[in-house]
This record gives sequence, C-alpha cells and structure tokens, in this order.
Amino acid sequence: MTTTLVVGLDGGGSGDRALAYAKRMAGLIGDCSLLIVYVIEWSPYSFQTPEENEMRHKRREEEIATALERVVDPAVAALTKAGVKAKGMVRHGHVADTLNAISVEVGADQIIVSRSSADGIVKRIFGSSTANLVMSADVPVTVVG
Amino acid sequence: MNNLYKYLITLGSVVAFASPVVAQEAESLDAKVNAAFSALTGPFVSLIFAPIPGTSFPWIVMWLVIAATIFTFYFSFVQLKFFKHAISLVKGDYSDPNDAGEVSHFQALATALSGTVGLGNIAGVAVAVGIGGPGATFWMILAGLMGMASKFTECTLGVKYRNEYEDGTVSGGPMYYISKGFKERGLPGGKFLAVLFSIFCILGALGGGNMFQANQAHAQISGIVGDYPGWITGIVFAAVVYIVIVGGVKSIARVTEKVVPFMGVLYVGAALIIILMNYDKIGWAFGQIFTGAFTGLGVAGGMVGALIQGFKRAAFSNEAGVGSAAIAHSAVKTKEPITEGFVSLLEPFIDTVVICTMTALVITISGQLIVDPSTGNYMLNEGGSAIATVGGTSGVALTSAAFASAFSWFPIILAVAVVLFAFSTMISWSYYGLKAWTYLFGEGKTAELTFKIIFCIFIVIGAAASLGPVIDFSDAAIFAMAVVNITGLYFLMGVVKSEFNSYKERLASGEIKKFTH
Repeated sequence: MTTTLVVGLDGGGSGDRALAYAKRMAGLIGDCSLLIVYVIEWSPYSFQTPEENEMRHKRREEEIATALERVVDPAVAALTKAGVKAKGMVRHGHVADTLNAISVEVGADQIIVSRSSADGIVKRIFGSSTANLVMSADVPVTVVG
Repeated sequence: MNNLYKYLITLGSVVAFASPVVAQEAESLDAKVNAAFSALTGPFVSLIFAPIPGTSFPWIVMWLVIAATIFTFYFSFVQLKFFKHAISLVKGDYSDPNDAGEVSHFQALATALSGTVGLGNIAGVAVAVGIGGPGATFWMILAGLMGMASKFTECTLGVKYRNEYEDGTVSGGPMYYISKGFKERGLPGGKFLAVLFSIFCILGALGGGNMFQANQAHAQISGIVGDYPGWITGIVFAAVVYIVIVGGVKSIARVTEKVVPFMGVLYVGAALIIILMNYDKIGWAFGQIFTGAFTGLGVAGGMVGALIQGFKRAAFSNEAGVGSAAIAHSAVKTKEPITEGFVSLLEPFIDTVVICTMTALVITISGQLIVDPSTGNYMLNEGGSAIATVGGTSGVALTSAAFASAFSWFPIILAVAVVLFAFSTMISWSYYGLKAWTYLFGEGKTAELTFKIIFCIFIVIGAAASLGPVIDFSDAAIFAMAVVNITGLYFLMGVVKSEFNSYKERLASGEIKKFTH
C-alpha cells in the first residue's frame, strides 16, 4: 500500500527543509507519494466591503494561481524530476485545521511541516500554525527544524 | 467632567471656525440649502406619502405591509421554519470546504448588515417612538418579523439572476433579476421596471444612504461640541468618503467594516445593561408598548399614528422589500441561490427585532417621553406633532439623551458609533447607487467617477439641510425603490417557490447534507 505524506509549505525559506526531509523519507519508504499543500490563511468570518465581495472570486483565483506558480508547482516539479511521486494542492482556510482536514481526507500517514517562519508579536498572540497543528492534528506530525 | 469636556470642545470649535460674522453667513447658507432642497423634493415626497383616499394612512405603508404578509403566507412562514437552518448556513455547516476562499454566507450577511444597521436603528427608532409613542415599537417588531419573508424573496432572486462576468466579478440586484427574470418568463416591461428601479435606487443612495446619514452624524457631533454649521461636517465627511470611493484607499473602509460590528455589540450591550439596571420597569415598558400599539396612549394620530410610524421606521431601518440587500447579498458563493435567501432573513431580525427594540426600550424606560400625571397619557409638544420630551429632543438626540440618563458619558461613545455607522452606511450605499448608475449608463471610469462625485456633493447638502426635509426625501426615495422592487417580486415569486420546494425536498432526502469540518 502506498504511503502518503502531506507536506505543508508556507512559502518561506524553511519550507525547503521540510521538502528535503520529505524527499528523504519517501526514498526510505519506497512506495510513497507526497502531497504538497499550501494553505492561504483565510477566515469565512471576516468583514468585507461590498466591493471586496464583488471582487472576491477573482482575487481567490489569482491567489491560488500565484501560490501554485511560486511555491507548489516548482516543488512538485523538482520532486518529480528526482523520481518522487508528488502532487500539489492550494487551499484557503485556517492553516492548521486545513492541513489536518486534508490529511484525514487523503488518509495520510504523516504531516511534515517546518518550524514556523512567522515570529514577533503575531506569534506571541495567536501562536504559530505549526504549534497549533502539533496540538490539534489527528495524524502524526513531524516538525523539521 | 462631562461639562468641562463640553466646554473645552465648544471653546475650541468657537475659536476654530466661528467668528460671529462667519457663523451668520454659514447659518444663512444652511438655510438657503434647506429651502431650495425642500422646494425641489416636495412634490415627489407628497406623491409617495399620499394617504389612501378618505384615510390618513399613507398608501406606501400599506403596500409594504401587504407585500410582507403575502410573502409570509406564500412561503408558509419561512422566517420561522427555516430560522435555525439559516443560522446553520451562516455557521458554514453546509459550505463545501473546496469553496473556501470565496465569499461566505457569513460575509455576505455581515456586509449587508453593515449597510442596514446604522442610523435607522438609533435615530429612526427615536423618530418612531417620539411621534408614535412606545406603541410604535410593537408595529416595528411585527414589520421586522414579516419583512424577513420579503428579504428572503428578494435575496434569493438577487443571487439567482446575478451577472457573472468573465473576469470573475459579479453584479446583482433588482435591476438584474427584474430584467432577466421577466425576459425568462416572457413578461413585458422588465427593462422599464429595471430602469425605474435604478433611478430610485440612485435617489435612495443619495437620500437615506447619504444625506440622512450626514445629517444625523452632524446632529450628533454638534450635540456634543456645541452648535456649528452643518456644511463643515459635510465637507469633512465628503472628503473622507471621496478618499475611499474615488481614491481607492481601502484601508479606511476596511477599518470601518471591522469597527462597526464591535460598535453594534457595544451599543446592544449598553442598551441591555440599561434595561437590566431598570429591571423593575421592563414589565411596565412592555405594557406601554402593547397598550400603546392599540390605543396610542394619547399620541398624535392614536393607534394608526403608532402603526404608521412603526412600519415606516422598520422598513427604513431593515430595508426589507426595498431591494438594496439583494445587491449586497448577490456576491456570495453558492450553488443554491435559496440558501442566501435563508441567510438574508436573519437581517431584519437582527436589525429590527433585536437592535431597534433595544433602542425603543431604552427610550421608553429612560423617561425621556413626558407623561401627563393626571391622565397617564403622553403629553404632546407645543406644535402637537410629537410627544414632548425632556429637553425637547428628537431623532438621534433623543436616543442620546435616553442613554445619557443612565451613563452620562455615553453620548460620546454614541457619537463615535453614529459617525462610524453613518460612514459605513454611506460606503455601502455608494456601492448600491453605483451599481444602479452603471446599470443605466454602462460600466466605465467616467460614468463611475461622475456618480461618486455627485454622491460626495450630496453629503454636504445632507449635513447642511435640516432633519425634516431630509428625512422626508430619504424615506420617499427608499420607498419608491420598494414600489418597483415589490412589483417585480410579485411576478417572480413563483421562481423562488420552485427553488424553495426543490431545496426542501433535497434537504429532506439527505441529498443536501452538512459537511463535517
């Protein structure tokens, strides 16, 4: 049976370390496929102006296209080139919840993320997505330092 | 403390803009604007508020009541039966996670609410209670509950017949569902009604969505800092609105959109505290509301007066049947237009049944309305046009005085809330007006800019004119929208009915089910 590993990227430099680790694990496991996920932080409970609502669908498409182009597609291409089975995905939502939901949905055996690249006051108040994921995930999580 | 603050601010404002000569000139400018405005809008106002022959009952109020009643029965009390389902939809229970990132039901509701929750809830209710007595509240709540069905109908159609453009943006509202829906059903006159609606929508945007807001914001500010010419507030407001809608400085709008809900919660919270502090009077206040609803308690116009005021102000506040919400709600991402209808029916509930009732209860409990000790009825003011109040206040000033009777500092918070509410309502209505404008004149930079500049000019006029003519024109324009919109709804309610039946069946069969999150 194929082992599925979900790799969460945040577009920061630390994502490369998570990718490198996942690639190594895939090599060790053998029959393994990687799902590269980029979550765009988004809340359905935010407040928007009518004009923002009107443009929302267009913006969403643009956000997904940008994330695919800059982060996900290059990662998938590099992995495929190295002979690792990999697919990419971009979703909107709360980062930790969404990564967990996707992992449960695809029956992943593990989630691999890097240590959060956010720091400062935001992290102090809200905690990092990585910390939230570790505390709430239904699937084993590996945090790459 | 409060007096010292008042004194300092007044002193400041006197030094800043009011040498006696300037003040006199400004007063006469305000008076000129006022006279010209009432002369210009008088005939339109008289037509909309013409009484049904032989009675003193304005036909337009009857029009709204009948519509809300028909929709309530036609959809067999959808506002009661699907209330829980609406909340479930807002919570996102039925939202496909794959659609995350699109406009959610919550966002569409919040955006529409920030356009309706505002001065209607604070000043409008004070006008209703001030003229119609506490009994007006009963009719207001009833109108709110019935209006939920009107809102359901129009917002379902708003989503169903919206225009989706190739670049992914959307435009919806009565002008679209009337023209497209009529065409689809082979009915004549759709285009004509859509154009007529657009014209009234532009007037409504300039009236209730703009001048009334500017006017009451000025009243509130000058109530705190002392009297000064209205056009000054107007110019400041116009400048800020201009920066946002023409300059595209979204950050100001975004901040307002975030602060307004907190102001709403703060307002309701303060009202609840005042009501609870006077818990011994709650029973009495409800007694006044019920008795007043059917007897008038000596108010000018008696029971009919209370009823007219209640229905009028409810419609003005929650805009059910007016069609404006259909424009705001149409951006939501859903495969089922009817779901947005369910969500939108929460709007009159929150706006009228909850928030307006709070204002009315606080005014009643505060004792601002003067009761004649010998009869127990309310005393009328000198002109006999409204109930006499402590200090002779009306409109937003009456609400302010009522809240101040419990918390002396509240008028300052209320002033901030009023200014923010006024601002967010203006931003929302500038969008509604713009949609109507571009429907008439086509999309394009020049057409859009023309409307936006006109919109800003009306802010100055609204702040300078006096409340009477402004409120008359605002009401008339908004109700004129309802004349056209509801006509359209009657012809298209069958479409909503078949959507409704199909949805009910699929919900019962389990085809439509909750997504587990």
